[in-house]
Amino acid sequence: MLGVKDLTVAVGPDSNPVEIVSSVSFAIGKGEVLGLVGESGCGKSMTSLAIMGLLPDPGPRVRSGRIELDGADVTNLAPWQRVEAGHGNIAMIFQEPMTSLNPVLRIDEQIAEAVRVHDGLSGAAARARACELLEMVRIPDAALQMGAYPHQLSGGMRQRVMIAIALACRPHILIADEPTTALDVTVQFQILGLLRELCDRLDMAMLFITHDLGVVAQLVDRVAVMYAGRLVETAAVETLFDNPAHPYTSGLMACMPAPGHRTRRLTTIPGQAPQPGSISSGCAFAPRCPDVRDICRVDPLARATITEGHEALCKFPVTGSAA
Amino acid sequence: MSDRPILEVRDLRTGFNVKRSGRKMRVQAVDGVSLSLGEGEVLGIVGESGCGKTTVGRSIVRLTKADAGEVVFNGEDVLKARGQALRTMRLSIRMVFQDPYASLNPRRSVGDSVAEAGDINGAFASRAERAERVAETLNAVGLDPSFARRFPHDLSGGQRQRVGIARAILPVPAIIVADEPVSALDVSVQAQVLNLLMDLRENLRLSMLFISHDLGVIGQISDRVAVMYMGRIVEVSEVGAILERPVHPYTQALMAAMPKPDPRLRIAGGTELGEPPSQFERATGCAYASRCPLASQRCAAEAPALRTFTDGRLVACHNV
Repeated sequence: MLGVKDLTVAVGPDSNPVEIVSSVSFAIGKGEVLGLVGESGCGKSMTSLAIMGLLPDPGPRVRSGRIELDGADVTNLAPWQRVEAGHGNIAMIFQEPMTSLNPVLRIDEQIAEAVRVHDGLSGAAARARACELLEMVRIPDAALQMGAYPHQLSGGMRQRVMIAIALACRPHILIADEPTTALDVTVQFQILGLLRELCDRLDMAMLFITHDLGVVAQLVDRVAVMYAGRLVETAAVETLFDNPAHPYTSGLMACMPAPGHRTRRLTTIPGQAPQPGSISSGCAFAPRCPDVRDICRVDPLARATITEGHEALCKFPVTGSAA
Repeated sequence: MSDRPILEVRDLRTGFNVKRSGRKMRVQAVDGVSLSLGEGEVLGIVGESGCGKTTVGRSIVRLTKADAGEVVFNGEDVLKARGQALRTMRLSIRMVFQDPYASLNPRRSVGDSVAEAGDINGAFASRAERAERVAETLNAVGLDPSFARRFPHDLSGGQRQRVGIARAILPVPAIIVADEPVSALDVSVQAQVLNLLMDLRENLRLSMLFISHDLGVIGQISDRVAVMYMGRIVEVSEVGAILERPVHPYTQALMAAMPKPDPRLRIAGGTELGEPPSQFERATGCAYASRCPLASQRCAAEAPALRTFTDGRLVACHNV
């Protein structure tokens, strides 16, 4: 469905580029949900914008690597060129539904616009399809709600409208960038359930970007953990939670407060994430790593395969037996 | 911890005038909240956005004017304090804010921000004493004293929040009202700040109102938890009882919806929990009735009061 190979995104002049996404590779299969997890500034949103061809101009550029949609190379195509070439089956939803919707257009018009572009429908047919999409995202009384303006809807309902617009292009893959971070937990729970249900029913793949490991655990099939612009660990979700191999992953899990496991003190990861470009050699996590050895700071990075489908970017990964 | 409460809130009500489509309307953000905070206790207040939890905190420290009710501290009503009594109260009850980017003055050095409460109240006899107190306080929150000369713009989010905490503890308060103090922070930094708050609580014998929407964080730091919905408290209990055996239907929904780091508990579609009703059309009966699976006719007519259960918890529900 979606293949990303050695994607590197950098800012600054060609003579002195600063990498904010470095050699990121992953693939998402049909109907699969991949979670991309990391803390703020780790490059997860830049990765998704690069995939969508939506990197701000001027700004960060794809320096190298390849992005494939349904087997076709779309790396250097702008969104409109992709649609013309027939590779427009990808959609994205964002964190803040209010700023992604047009405040002065009724929601039926905003959905119908996407329907007109992708299905070539017009007038009543486009409106009927818009209504169908609103029912698909479980907006109660869809036919009545169609005439509403975004400000008349709650945060959860607005995010449902965003999802309806995304579905208008019948995407093979949906990129969801922190789509529930601005929502309350009871609303988040329902939106996550809706997204999972849509992926299963429409056989749609999803790249789900979040900082919340709890959400990842319950929603996705596979997880990619990102730190300082690199994927540090990829694994099936159960494997990752049972046997995290990279010290950053296990550190993240340890510092999550978990109800019912009240402890005197939370485990922490000391220090903070490095600024992009500040680590020139060795592992970017070395300054914070509890198991760091001298060689980690100087040697080139090595990717270790723990088991089939479970990889960690670490010279001395925690393996099941050692842990 | 003694049984005598250090802070007692009685029937607090705070509302706001807002304009909608040209019409003046009133939002009753806090609609009769009563709670007590024991000495040395951390009371968590949890709820979703718009439930009034922040307004409770701001009303107690008098950043927002309450309409009615009492907040009793040291035998006196904080809401009626004036002049010197109010200034003294403000040194004893301190607030830590959510957004460490917005709550620090960008043009003041960290040292000036931290010392502000002391400066206003003439607490420092000399410049040397002031510098010493600032250095001590920065040390206490895990920052190097050299931070006093720095400005907020070159601090990270976690460091800023430590400065926010330093400002609150410089006058050695009795009570801290912490409003979502870790929500703006990444999880690895969040754990550092939570540990700091737990240490300070112990070392300075602080009592704390800890306001958050995050049940994981609340569960880690609180001794007791109050759950708020639409301006009212629906359940109050010891933390373990709330997390393991929630009784009020809303608390149960909140617990069910909370993301859990367990890949074996898969999320599925089709679970409808509804959404909070409009702030402007507050129901006469129970505010949760429109979403509640247990709702009966009585719930629509009559708002339930908090009842004491055998295990000591308080629950506001007709049907449990």
